[in-house]
Amino acid sequence: MTTPAIEAVDVTRVYTMGGTEVQALRGVSLRVESGEYAAIVGPSGSGKSTLMHLLGLLDRPSSGVITVGGRDATSLSDSEMATLRNETIGFVFQSFQLLSRTTAIDNVALPLLYRGVPKSERRDRAAAALDTVGLAGRIGHKATELSGGEQQRVAIARALVGEPELLLADEPTGNLDTRTGGEVMETLERLNLESGVAVVLVTHDRDIALRTQRQIYVRDGLIERDESSAMIT
Amino acid sequence: MRLAEAFRVALGALRANRLRSLLTMLGVIIGVAAVVVLVAIGSGAKQEVEAQVEGLGSNIIFVVPGSVEFGSAPSISRLNLDDVEYLGRVIGNPEAVAATVSSGETVSVGSTEVFSTIAGTNENVPNVFTRPIARGEYLTATDVDTRRRVAVLGSGVSDSLFGEVEPLGRQITIAGVRFRVIGVFEEVGSTFGVSRDDEIHIPVTTAQQLFGVDRIDALAVKASTIDDVEPIRREILDALAEEYPDEEFSAVTQSQILGTLGQILGLLTLVLAAIAAISLLVGGVGVSNIMLVSVRERTREIGLRKALGARRRDITVQFLIEAVLLTTVGGVIGMTLGISAALLANTFSPLPAEIAWWSPVLAFTVSVAVGVFFGVVPAQRAGKLEPVVALRSE
Repeated sequence: MTTPAIEAVDVTRVYTMGGTEVQALRGVSLRVESGEYAAIVGPSGSGKSTLMHLLGLLDRPSSGVITVGGRDATSLSDSEMATLRNETIGFVFQSFQLLSRTTAIDNVALPLLYRGVPKSERRDRAAAALDTVGLAGRIGHKATELSGGEQQRVAIARALVGEPELLLADEPTGNLDTRTGGEVMETLERLNLESGVAVVLVTHDRDIALRTQRQIYVRDGLIERDESSAMIT
Repeated sequence: MRLAEAFRVALGALRANRLRSLLTMLGVIIGVAAVVVLVAIGSGAKQEVEAQVEGLGSNIIFVVPGSVEFGSAPSISRLNLDDVEYLGRVIGNPEAVAATVSSGETVSVGSTEVFSTIAGTNENVPNVFTRPIARGEYLTATDVDTRRRVAVLGSGVSDSLFGEVEPLGRQITIAGVRFRVIGVFEEVGSTFGVSRDDEIHIPVTTAQQLFGVDRIDALAVKASTIDDVEPIRREILDALAEEYPDEEFSAVTQSQILGTLGQILGLLTLVLAAIAAISLLVGGVGVSNIMLVSVRERTREIGLRKALGARRRDITVQFLIEAVLLTTVGGVIGMTLGISAALLANTFSPLPAEIAWWSPVLAFTVSVAVGVFFGVVPAQRAGKLEPVVALRSE
């Protein structure tokens, strides 16, 4: 665990809302190592979503630095950041965020489209990723024809297809019932073990957070506690 | 992302919203079809009128008293038969000068009565105008010199008066005076909406006596070649100015008439095209409108694409291609419809339609340009969306 997958150094994020400044993050430093399985935990309004957006290179910090694989991401242009995001980070969202009229395989292949991967290779890799999450039989189904659990697994396949270093999952079980939520969690955990991708969950649910090796508690824009539990065997 | 990929993505997005895409295209389809059809009708009308003027004959100079301008009051003619001879001598070819004096009169055969244009002419009409005789013969110099009461009928008036009966040698009554039919014209159709088949030609001398005048209305002079037209026109004007120092005369050549008509009808075509172009513009505004709605509606999709690595340019290009595809496909459909409608109009209606090669090309180019022009703003708006903001919108 020598090279961090992603590192935030003293980042702040200030929003201006209706003329008043809101400090969403007030100086947060965080290292996520390669292959790590961690959870950012906090109540809503704690700043955990803002932290996830910054770690996911979806947003820029007001101050501080984010480095990905040792590279300063905050000094990149928008399109360079998009490219870096495409190559290093996979996202899983609470509301799945699939293109509804598009087939599972085309949804999964989307990150590769923006990487300029040729069509046949895109299809092969997307099909393989769908196979990994146990949806080989759903390749040609449109997103709307799939159950919630299946949709979230398609989203996981999409997050994985580009072989990122870090998978950011924002309340991945939030829209699912307990059983399918559990299946999705198992899928994430299996992928973390098998492919070595670092997985960071963002959740308000302590039970889910406790399934990970490390819990980063966020409150009022600061890291309150950062606990590593014993390795799950 | 390569352009071909962006094209495929855009096409997919349009297919996903088939009905909306079609309705959006409708504005462009109607606009382009309207441009093509209206320009076709405009240029068809121009060609037909030109054909009518050329159908009169070739290298003709029309001489009338007064100045020929739109809005000028018709002047009382000072021209008379002496001027016909005079001009014939001036140009050195007396047989190339035709004269007319005309009036509308009632013509009857038995109980059949029609109202017809009676043209008093001299024997030179066939030398100047293309006016073939179907049966019998035209007026002769003797007919004119001796004021014979003979008449040559247009095919239309012949049909009205005699029907199936052979008119040659029969009597007709013009303004109460009896004439003998010596010839019937071939059908020539109409010029500027006036049917020349309803005319009756009688000797100009007889006509002057009948109408109680000694003037003639107009002269027509034929030049033997196109190069002689302008010199003869000048000669005529000079000769008339010498004869009547205080009068004004006009000598108009066929090419002058064609030029003026061409200008008027070209302008008409342009106005029609401009009106149609407005509908194309409105179609473009429709595309812009729908694209803006589409960007707003697909904010989440745009955010997702950006989160997955789409750059601003990828998104802008995708939406721009969507807009251009809409107008281009609309343009092609409109062009096809327009050409079909013009061909149908030409075949099944009296409207002459002539598809100018440039009108579909222009309409197509304009529709593509409309897509670019009206697609740029929505596409840029889409490209500028921040991924976080876009993802948050539900």
